[in-house]
Amino acid sequence: MKQRTHLLLSIASIVLLVAIIWWADGNLNAYYTRIANTAAIYIVAAVSYNLINGTVGALSLGPNGFMALGGYTIALLMLPVMQKQMVFFLEPLIWPFSEFSLPPSLYLVGLIISGIVAAIGAFLIGWPCLRLKGDYLAIATFGFGEIIFVLANNMLFLTNGALGIKGLPELTNLWWSWGMAAATIFLIKNIVNSSYGRAMRAVRDNEVAAEAMGINVTRIKMLAFVTSGFFGGISGALMVMLISTISPTLFMFTMTFNLLIIVVLGGLGSITGAAVTAVLFSVLQEVLRTVESPLNLGFIQWPGIPGMRMVVFSILLILMMLFYRRGLFGSWEFSWEWLLSKLRRKEVPQCQQQTNK
Amino acid sequence: MLKVDNLHVYYGGIHALKGISLKVDRGDFVSLVGANGAGKSTTLRTIVGLVKAKEGRVEFEGEDITNKPTHEIVSRGVLLTPEGRRIFPNLTVRENLMLGAYIRKDKADIAADLEKVYDLFPRLKERQNQKGGTLSGGEQQMLAIGRALMGRPKLLALDEPSLGLAPLLVKEVFEVLKEINERDGTTILLVEQNAYAALKLAKQAYVLETGRIVLEGTGEELLVNPQVRQAYLGVSS
Ligand SMILES: Nc1ncnc2c1ncn2[C@@H]1O[C@H](COP(=O)(O)OP(=O)(O)O)[C@@H](O)[C@H]1O
Ligand SMILES: [Mg+2]
Repeated sequence: MKQRTHLLLSIASIVLLVAIIWWADGNLNAYYTRIANTAAIYIVAAVSYNLINGTVGALSLGPNGFMALGGYTIALLMLPVMQKQMVFFLEPLIWPFSEFSLPPSLYLVGLIISGIVAAIGAFLIGWPCLRLKGDYLAIATFGFGEIIFVLANNMLFLTNGALGIKGLPELTNLWWSWGMAAATIFLIKNIVNSSYGRAMRAVRDNEVAAEAMGINVTRIKMLAFVTSGFFGGISGALMVMLISTISPTLFMFTMTFNLLIIVVLGGLGSITGAAVTAVLFSVLQEVLRTVESPLNLGFIQWPGIPGMRMVVFSILLILMMLFYRRGLFGSWEFSWEWLLSKLRRKEVPQCQQQTNK
Repeated sequence: MLKVDNLHVYYGGIHALKGISLKVDRGDFVSLVGANGAGKSTTLRTIVGLVKAKEGRVEFEGEDITNKPTHEIVSRGVLLTPEGRRIFPNLTVRENLMLGAYIRKDKADIAADLEKVYDLFPRLKERQNQKGGTLSGGEQQMLAIGRALMGRPKLLALDEPSLGLAPLLVKEVFEVLKEINERDGTTILLVEQNAYAALKLAKQAYVLETGRIVLEGTGEELLVNPQVRQAYLGVSS
């Protein structure tokens, strides 16, 4: 009975999401559509990043690297062969990418391959450093992001260097971005609630005790890290196919910093927190654009300082650390159970009033 | 069932175990007593592979398990309840218990065992959806023991399960241990500072002093041993 209610509620919310996308797809202007797309992509990136940083509690500083891997992969897969020859004029693109590309109808296949490439990247970094205790992961993943940046700048035969790859078909629309956001939340939520997810949370709580329970800590961390990398790659791919271009500067450490802000503000370990804060962040980032542009209020001349937004976010983060360490949501998760009990509690006083009469 | 032979363990330069040898038979209740810092915890931690031995050998059911990864040793049926109730504070009581059964595959039996643990500790059932960290000290210790039982270990190693508990609870905990040893036939290796209770329960017991075993015998023998009485039971002869 309870489970059927929850299932019905889930179906209803999917229908609602579809209806909203339907409406938004026809009615939002390009600017708002862009923000809505970005928000969804940030959900994919933040919810997957949260799996390793929040659920398992191992500090990774490399989501930008995974996004870059996914981004370059999708670019190489989806750019039509004709255009490849035009874009790669400094140094020709190597075989086999020079000879084929996926048709837009196979976008999903492209996204999945992008995720797999990023997951392989995660596996290769995780292998040496997840077996070690301590902060090796943070250092290695930070280095990884930087290495990807250097490689992207120099492997002209694959990335076209600093010029980047332009003219990609704009395949990411609201359907894709929000569809992927919903899929990511659904899949990661299921992982977190499975026995593997329980083991991940146990590792976060107490690594030695988790080991004493027979949990293969290295393998569990690896599982989280590779899964995180997979969805991170997909988010990078979605982003690239939204703005139709990729260059080395797109996924620099700033991206990791943004995601770190999102998961910490949202509450480490909370999927709900990561998702909601991802949306807030994307919107706030647009709103705060004004503090970076010159402003003339008649009596005050605001010169407009580029990068001011990051200062604002940093201050937010510091305030949060000082006064609200657990983040907006702590480790709380939204559930139908919670919603129903909230609704019921609201009904109770009304009943009492009636009986009082 | 378990044979430890000439175990040497170092923490950096500290020689913590200086050749420990002991034996636990199937169905046995073995206690390890000794003062603080004698090496009791280290012995247990080395048996389950959380600490690596420099020299010596640990054998379980005839197979060498020395320095094997912990998860491998656990899956053979050796489970340790570490010192200081290392429960998972952010997981619910139920999730904590289910983690005890992490290595098991028999889903249906796990559910039955969960009920058994709840029968043993009704207070855990009342609090099954509460986070482990919100339990009182005594309840957390019950949770730690319940969690270990969920693994259906062949050998259950406990490191100071009575530490910091109220006297009444201490009694309860020891009764539970006795019960699972006698009723379920779970072999128990108990480390305790509370030497009196530990020796009373034990069929076989060892006394540790600065990394060495200085005395061994049945629980009864050691209880009346003048040396033990003076050093560990606070009785002057
Ligand atoms: N992690 C550690 N690092 C360094 N020395 C340790 C560590 N754990 C225990 N020791 C030392 O090893 C010896 C044995 O400790 P332990 O096994 O915890 O004793 P017990 O459990 O009998 O109180 C002590 O001298 C202790 O100081
Ligand atoms: Mg100890």
